[in-house]
Amino acid sequence: MALDTVAVAATTPENEQPWRELGLKEDEYQSIREILGRRPTSSELAMYSVMWSEHCSYKSSKIHLKQFGEKAVKSDALLVGIGENAGVVDIGQGYAVTFKIESHNHPSFVEPYQGAATGVGGIVRDILTMGARPIAVMDPLRFGPADAPDTKRVLPGIVAGVGGYGNCLGLPNIGGEVVFDETYAGNPLVNALCVGVMKHSDIKLATAHGTGNLVVLFGAKTGGDGIGGVSVLASETFASGKAAKRPAVQVGDPFAEKVLIECSLEIFAEDLVVGIQDLGGAGLSCATSELASGGSGGMDIQLEKVPLRDPSLSPEEILMSESQERMCAIVEPAKLARFMKICKKWDVTATVIGEVTAGDRLHITWNGELIVDVPPRTVAHDGPVYNRPMARPAYLDSLSPVSLPAIESAEEIKAAVLKLVAAPNIADKSWVTDQYDRYVRGDTVLSQPEDSGMIRIDDHTHLGVAISTDANARWSYLDPYEGVKLALLESCRNIAVSGAKPLAITNCLNFGSPEDPGVMWQFAETVRGLADIALELGLPVTGGNVSFYNQTGSVAILPTPVIGVLGVIQDVRTRTKMGFTKAGLELFQVGNTDDNFSGSEWAYLHGAMGDTAPRADVDHATRLVNFLLEGQPLFDSAHDLSNGGLAASLTESTLKNNVGATIELPAQFIPGGVSAALFSETPGRVLIAVEPENSGKFQALAESHGLQLHAIGKTGGTDLVINDATIALDELRAAHTQTFHKLFG
Amino acid sequence: MATIIVDVMLKPEILDPQGQAVAAALPRLGFTFATSIRQGKRFEITVAGEPTAAQLAEVEEAAEKLLSNPVIETFVVRVEK
Amino acid sequence: MRIGVVTFPGSLDDSSALRAITLAGGEAVPLFHASDDLKEVQAVVLPGGFSYGDYLRCGAISRFAPIMSSIIVAAEHGFPVLGICNGFQILTESHLLPGALIRNQDLHFICTDQPVTVENVNTPWTNGYAKGQRIVIPIKNGEGSFQASAETLAELEGEGRIVLRYADKNPNGSQNNIAGISNARGNVVGVMPHPEQAIEDLTGPSEDGLTFFTSILQSLVAR
Repeated sequence: MALDTVAVAATTPENEQPWRELGLKEDEYQSIREILGRRPTSSELAMYSVMWSEHCSYKSSKIHLKQFGEKAVKSDALLVGIGENAGVVDIGQGYAVTFKIESHNHPSFVEPYQGAATGVGGIVRDILTMGARPIAVMDPLRFGPADAPDTKRVLPGIVAGVGGYGNCLGLPNIGGEVVFDETYAGNPLVNALCVGVMKHSDIKLATAHGTGNLVVLFGAKTGGDGIGGVSVLASETFASGKAAKRPAVQVGDPFAEKVLIECSLEIFAEDLVVGIQDLGGAGLSCATSELASGGSGGMDIQLEKVPLRDPSLSPEEILMSESQERMCAIVEPAKLARFMKICKKWDVTATVIGEVTAGDRLHITWNGELIVDVPPRTVAHDGPVYNRPMARPAYLDSLSPVSLPAIESAEEIKAAVLKLVAAPNIADKSWVTDQYDRYVRGDTVLSQPEDSGMIRIDDHTHLGVAISTDANARWSYLDPYEGVKLALLESCRNIAVSGAKPLAITNCLNFGSPEDPGVMWQFAETVRGLADIALELGLPVTGGNVSFYNQTGSVAILPTPVIGVLGVIQDVRTRTKMGFTKAGLELFQVGNTDDNFSGSEWAYLHGAMGDTAPRADVDHATRLVNFLLEGQPLFDSAHDLSNGGLAASLTESTLKNNVGATIELPAQFIPGGVSAALFSETPGRVLIAVEPENSGKFQALAESHGLQLHAIGKTGGTDLVINDATIALDELRAAHTQTFHKLFG
Repeated sequence: MATIIVDVMLKPEILDPQGQAVAAALPRLGFTFATSIRQGKRFEITVAGEPTAAQLAEVEEAAEKLLSNPVIETFVVRVEK
Repeated sequence: MRIGVVTFPGSLDDSSALRAITLAGGEAVPLFHASDDLKEVQAVVLPGGFSYGDYLRCGAISRFAPIMSSIIVAAEHGFPVLGICNGFQILTESHLLPGALIRNQDLHFICTDQPVTVENVNTPWTNGYAKGQRIVIPIKNGEGSFQASAETLAELEGEGRIVLRYADKNPNGSQNNIAGISNARGNVVGVMPHPEQAIEDLTGPSEDGLTFFTSILQSLVAR
């Protein structure tokens, strides 16, 4: 087939082009023609089609996401904001930390191991490309019902993929989530977070400056992986009952990424790059147009210089390839030799494929013939922007309140607790987390199942960071504006419980189709809620990810905004853990309990959703966080109350070090009685164990922050005793830890 | 151009959990033909022209030293027609 | 006392080994796989990780590194070598230790705090422990199942060359619950668990692993 060059395109305006098959809409195709003043070449069409896909261009979400910038409080801690590969925050002592969550949902449904593995690989490269050394990962995962056959197909593969890639890279997995719900059957959510650290002076950006500077592609060779994956997969919902389109899944090689990391960090340390971009979704199309856009716009690329794994690839395929473990750097000619020497040391393929030019167009040639001539901003940044129709969905007017059986007698309490702690959403997750290395690098201070993951940054000053990821899709379903706020406050609480001060926010917004006005409304409300609360708390949203089209047929997933909060702790040695350490400690619950079971696990186990999400109380949350930070020296242990309420937290805290507890819940003083006391998920509550000699100061401190305290019992013994119910820890452990083995082997 | 094949298998006395997992998975798909399955590795080595006896001897040596671990594996070398 | 830690492409726990040596009071010397220069260290650690991505077999390619040619010669003259996890795999592939490490029996990667007993305290790496001492250190591997012929096992057991043995539970199907062994001379030790990540209560399950590193320093002083 003859090469479709710019010259040919200019003289054959009537040629039919497969814009529909490549995922473009008719008006988008016409837009491209207007921008170029002619029909696009097939290479240009390939570039626009991937870069204007929902996943790359954020066309349905952009107008809403603007709020994060508009409503942002000016924060000196924010060194790099939204718009770059990842946000960067100052954590003191000259250190900067970058973190972000990304999704790899659709590929993980198609090929669980590789989908999850390359999801981890992608987010790690985003962090690396900011100039940071990646230091930890987390994985919030969501699946259909635990006992469904398809869950048994995808869960083991996804977990093995997250572990297989992350472990080989040498990144400790310090936390995450495993959540089961009917809504994710057919649409598992694989979100991956990575955090990296660097000195302020190391920050790198994706820009191409300086006429004559060289464009260097380094890392793995380019093959036919994931061709069209981005535009074909992420913008297509899975039609119920039909086979998925030809899978365009990428295959990862974590060893290649490990040497790429070491090679890149040495290159950064010697200040050898002017700008850098990793190749993720949309591969070279993205890297070249992003880098050129970041500079004055001019770039020449000789595409035939790209080192290939598969020599039969056409130029269009090369531009669309999503082969993993590749980066693109802008290097001054005088520094090239040193750059190449470092690549050779690590056996990393590196090739000069072009240069920065004085103009403002991206020119790509294939053996001397011009096949791409575009203004790069139109590809990378000025793609279509949609203001999609939104409509408050009808389901909100037909919700029913939850009505649950009362739990009173000792037998009822014992049976209910054992049932809850064995439920897949509450059960012990070691089956999953033992497949992840949490020790590598030797700086992990807290990891699952603690409330947050915590990493030591400096082993002389003991500075550290803590991260938590949280979401509550059921609360978001009931009230998207409040739901996301509640998730954010939970993350902040998890960070503060451990002893770290919340500093910055990232997010991964997983929703159904933006073409559904109800979904779009949920999305808009979520973004509005997150922007509003971020402003109220004074925390910057540093960046994030949107994943649309998570639905099968016309049924969207529950709106699932996953929030990640990063915090700083001055001395990691002072951190607080959640397990009871010994007998004789006084147990307190901070915060009041109400009897709203809407969206709770207990309601879910009874087949109910409820009708009213709690309201986010920012004032209370702020006072609670301040109390948690000030009170650290007085706490022997502390644990956040969330899914599964007090019953879940008591179970986790007693089983951790095999220290029992005797709990008294005066049912007559709690709205909803013992049921609510144990299973309600009222936000803003923490379980704290205190040495008797600290009890007075502790109570005074809570009072000074205007917080309600409830003395609920003492630690000790080999049982969990709740009122008249006695549950031996052995029995509690058996119920809690067998679920995953029974389900997954 | 010719292809020399080196097949590497775990020694019979070595536990092969991967082969066992495959054997356990087959009946779930309705296949009952296997009484046991063992999993190995296959190397395809391309050489220019017809392989000489000297080359085959070298392949044997390479198989012994690198392609297999003689502590736990055995190998067979053959020329693909 | 200079103790070297080799970095192969894909090594991951080299930084932890360097830290452990420093914490124990030694001078930690990074060594690169591509050079045969041992930089006058008095002992060497082959650390954990996924050298060469575990391609072909774990450690199969690393064993041919230039640094290994120097280490093999030195080991034959009594030079102390400790292989941890991937390092143990490299030692068996190099035939400095007998047997082989294969895929975990249940086919999963496992990271857990593993109780083990220290059975051979006559090596320069373990003579700071009491014989039979029970310690808890992390294991984190997918290919940790130790396999050897009946003759080799009899020899190892008979000569007291089992250095570490899994206690309470065998996590991977290793024969005779073997978690670590030594060569006949006792200077080369390979262990699957990670003592270098049990050196501070803050980041590990215990501080039980530090004794590997204080032992070697004591042993070198005594020479």
